[in-house]
Formats: sequence, structure tokens, C-alpha cells
Amino acid sequence: MKADPRGVLTGTHFIDGDHACCEGALAAGARFAAGYPITPSTEIVERFASRVPLVGGIFIQMEDELAASITLQGAVWGGAKAFTVTSGPGFSLMMEHIGYAAMTETPCVFVDVQRGGPSTGLPTLPAQADMMQARWGSHGDYEIIALCPNSPQECFDLTIKAFNFAEEFRVPVMFMMDEVVGHMTEKVVIPEASEIEVVPRKHTRKSFEDYLPYGTNGDLVPEMAHAGEGYKFHVTGLTHDERGYPNMTPQTQDVLVRRLQNKVRDSSDRIAMYEEEGVEDADIVVVSYGITSRVAQRAIDIANARGLKVGKFRMITVWPFPETRIREIAARIKAFVVPELNLGQMVREVERSAAGLARTHLVPHAGGSVHRPEDILKVIVEAGQ
Amino acid sequence: MNLVVNPVEPFLRTDRMPHIWCPGCGIGTTVNCFTRALIESKVDLDSLALVSGIGCTGRVAGYMKLDSFHTTHGRAIPFATGLKLANPKLNVVVYSGDGDLSAIGGNHLIHAARRNIDLKVICVNNLIYAMTGGQTAPTTPGRAVTSTSPYGTCEPAFNLPHLVEAAGAIYVARWTTFHVRQLARSISEAFQKKGFSFIEVISPCPTLYQRRNKLGDGLDTMKYYKEKSKVRHGAPTGDVGLTMTGEIIVGKFVDRDRPDYQTLLRAQLHESLGERYVDGTEAVCG
Repeated sequence: MKADPRGVLTGTHFIDGDHACCEGALAAGARFAAGYPITPSTEIVERFASRVPLVGGIFIQMEDELAASITLQGAVWGGAKAFTVTSGPGFSLMMEHIGYAAMTETPCVFVDVQRGGPSTGLPTLPAQADMMQARWGSHGDYEIIALCPNSPQECFDLTIKAFNFAEEFRVPVMFMMDEVVGHMTEKVVIPEASEIEVVPRKHTRKSFEDYLPYGTNGDLVPEMAHAGEGYKFHVTGLTHDERGYPNMTPQTQDVLVRRLQNKVRDSSDRIAMYEEEGVEDADIVVVSYGITSRVAQRAIDIANARGLKVGKFRMITVWPFPETRIREIAARIKAFVVPELNLGQMVREVERSAAGLARTHLVPHAGGSVHRPEDILKVIVEAGQ
Repeated sequence: MNLVVNPVEPFLRTDRMPHIWCPGCGIGTTVNCFTRALIESKVDLDSLALVSGIGCTGRVAGYMKLDSFHTTHGRAIPFATGLKLANPKLNVVVYSGDGDLSAIGGNHLIHAARRNIDLKVICVNNLIYAMTGGQTAPTTPGRAVTSTSPYGTCEPAFNLPHLVEAAGAIYVARWTTFHVRQLARSISEAFQKKGFSFIEVISPCPTLYQRRNKLGDGLDTMKYYKEKSKVRHGAPTGDVGLTMTGEIIVGKFVDRDRPDYQTLLRAQLHESLGERYVDGTEAVCG
């Protein structure tokens, strides 16, 4: 369906990534946010708090991130599209509720504007060091989807995509920004509502008697009901059967947890979004994401100007990891170069997916600023030798 | 032959019986009272949602034939807050234990009371963590022996009615599982209130609390509740703290009115934005 025009601020704007993310959420139909202030993400909910009363919705500032990350889920079961916004320390506090959303199949979006860590780290400076936490931070086996924008325009476009994936797969979607993208001001074009595709909730049409809250169907994603409609359903974080009833047996666990994983994993090629340039005849491919991809672009351009054959692979979907495509590329090239604002996170996935077919070179950075293009260039040159 | 159906039965997920609660446990009694309050107050069951946290009382949500949510440990209140704000037509009841609501969830308890979120909170207080084997809770009184305080507790306990009154609750009552009619009546009354209501129910855990402290079995505890409870409506909540074997002050302590969160929110936005304000009640849910 098309976006509700009330939430769409059609026009050409000069805004930062945080504000663009807020507009994306509004365009996607989010009418509820619960948050707790934390740099460098706060501007998203500040804007939401100012905008949402004009389009019909609620922002509530909670007492902490534990509360924010579950209040939004209560709102989802009440019928809203909802999200929360945070950064490293708050993201750590939200982990249990990411698991709850995965287990109860609550469609929602968690925005993490990454800053330097561990602990309080660098509150006002960038990092990309929550990438593994986004995937594995809550206990137990589960799958999530994570997207990584590299511009304010993408903060708008991909936030809509994040909500759409959340509804389609009934998973928590991690929107992995970073401080630079969040605070960078650029042109953001917001189209007409009629040009914005929005995925509606997968609401059941079954009768009260026939409805199974966690009944499986062809695509592994159950149909949802909301509180107050008369279905009288049960939702629990315990291992549960199709009725939603707790059933703590290895058999039920196996059926449930495999389905939670497979509903995303089986569609990972379709979920994978990436941008490629010059990959077909490259010797070296630079794999990057988020703000680092923009620094990497400079290094790639210089290297190609010097006669090297360097391609670009920019991940937009980071989880599930686009392993099929990385393996195809690995079979044809000498090496991958992976710059990231951490000491080596997504590089492990690149190396695993390359499966020995191509070498993998990390360009680490502990965070606090972006890479210098020459640092990436140096590794590109080394990798080519 | 006419089968006599227990009036409570239509409210239960009978396909989930037997329940997990121990013989002599008081939680089942509170569920009975809750159900009788639902019958008495004629609450629309389709628009009633039940939210629990984790623990023995946290299992109540799973046994009631209602839209019911068994959430994470300590977070029933913030989940219920989101549910209520997104769909204000719902009557939202939080049903959980003392450890869940006042220890791990203590911050949410006081903030929901401060905001005056329109929730009815039923707190079954068995004075310990029961599900995990009888550890000390913030509510454990006196020098009670628990599995994590084998030589007796030394911490002062929370006086929950005092805490929630200070934080802003508009309705505060306490009963024991001996006071079944009074408890049912209090729950019915809470359904007539708009705002943060808190009902504490003192309840036995014969398996882990009474046994370890040589306080007898479930029946002995009922005798204790009967003999040592004193009904004092309107008692200053500062005076109602519990001891191990002393008297239990019960009754309705607080019944007052002040605007709930959503009323305040709407008024504020109307005042500030005038015509530009779009009341979110329907738009929230698309």
C-alpha cells in the first residue's frame, strides 16, 4: 500500500541524518516512539516529539532504555507501528527486548546511532562497533535484519525499508547509523506519499475460533492480531506452540527456533541490498558500509586512477550477511579490503563467506573519526601485490 | 443431569490446566477474586488486556482467557504503558509479583505512578522470589530466612503502599488472600478509576517462605492473616509496613483523583498546538 500522506513531508530538504530518519519513520507510518535521551541519537526523537502530534501519534520519553524498548512493543500489540532510538550504552540495555521481539515476532525498529565504545566511550564521535552486537547481542538463537545507511537521504529511504522488513517478516529490524551519518547535513528529497511503498501489518482475517497466533503457513511468518479485537490470544517470551501457549519441550523449541531463523535466512538473498561498482573485472574489491563507504570511495577512485583494478561492494543490508554474493565475487578476485570503524567485525563475515577463495584484508579503526583515504589506499595497494 | 460450571471457568484457559502453582499458594485465590471482580464490574472482556512479568504470579496472564502478555522480568508496566497509549480503549491490568514489580521493575513502578498511566496493577506479594527457589526480595520482612539469606535478612523492606502513594498512585489498597470479598471489591473499584491503581495482595508461599521460617503451612498462614489483619481504611501508608509475625494493616489506603497521563497529554498539546493538534487515539493504530 501507499504511505499515509499525513506523515510525508514531501519536498527537498537540507537536514541531517537523524532528522531524515525521523521523517522516514513518519512516512513509513510509525505513530509511536518511546525513547530515552542519548547522544548522538536524540535528535531523532526530538523531531518525532515535535512532529508526531501534528500527524496523530505519541512520543513518550521513558525512564530508561529498558522501558523504552518494551513500551514500543506494547504499542505494537496495541496496533501501532513503533520504534525506539538509541546509541551504544542504551543499545546494550535494550538487548533483552530485542530477543523478546524476536521471540514474540513483534514487528518493530531499533535505531542505533553508533558512537565509540566500549562503555561510555566517545559519546559525540563515530564508530561502527555495534555491528556484531546488533546480530548477536540478545541471548539464544534468533535472526534479525540490519540496515546501514551512508547518507541522510538513505536515512530517510532505508528507515521506510526497515519498517517494511519488520512488518513483512515480523522481526525487530536494527537500523545501524553512526554519529557522522546522523549529524551530517545534506539534501534529502522526500517524494509524494503516492510514490512511497509501505508494507501493512500482516493482520489475520481468520475467525476467533480458527486463529492460531503462531500458526505457520507457507512463508513461515504467522498472522498477527491486536489486543482488543476479541481474539483473546496469548503472547509469551517462553518457548511456545502454535497457540502461543508455553510448551517447554525440545521438540517445540526445535520447531519454533528453526522457524524464527528460517523465516529470515531463507529470504536472505531477497533481503540483501548492496551497491556494486567495477566488481566484474576487479582484482581487489573493497567491502564497506555506512560512513566508511564514503571514505572508501575516495581510496577506490585514487587506486583506479593509478591503474589498479579495484571494485566497490557497499553493503546496505548488513544482516543477514550477503554471503552468496560475497562468495561469487571471491571466486573471481585476488582479495577483499574491508575498512570499518572497529577493530574487525564484519570482516569476519567477509572472510567466512570468501571461504579461502580470496584473501581478506582488514583496515581497522578504533573509532572517534573516520578513516583517512590513504590508510585504505595503502591496504588496497598491499592487497594487490 | 445438569453440570454445574464454576463461574470462574469461562475466564480461564482450561486447556492449560493443571497450573504450576503449589498446594497452599495464594495466587490461584487472587485469580478467583480477579475473575469475580470482572463478573461484578461487567468489564468488557474483549477490550481487557492482561500483562504479566516473570515469576509465579507472572504466569497468571497465561491462564486467563483474555488478550494476555507474558513479558520480560520487571517490564510488565512499561509494556502495558505502550499498549494503553496505543489503544486507549483498552482496559489494561498488570498482574505480577513483588520481586518483578518492586525490585527489577521498581523504576517503572514509580514512574508509571508518577505519570498516572491508566493501569490497574495487582501485585501479589509473597515476600520472596518464589519461582527461582525462595530468595530474598525487597519485600522480605524482618530477619526472615531465605535461600540467599540463610542467616536471616538484614535489609529493610519496601512498604509498597507507601512507595506508590508517594509516587502518585490514585488508588492504593492492600488485602491478604484471606480477604477474598474485600479484594474482589477493591479490584472492581479500581476498574471505576482512571489512573494508576495499585492493589497489594499478601499471599502465602508455603513451599519456600512459610516452611523455611517455620511459620506453618497454607492453613496456618490463613489463620495468621485472619487473626493478625486489621482493616484500617485510610490508614497513613507510612504506618502499614509489614513485619514477619506482627499485624497486617489492610484496607483501602488511598482513593483520590488527578488527571491521568493521556488526559494531561491531550490538554497540553491542545493548548500548545490548538487546531494543528491531531488527536492520536485513532491515528496511532493506523
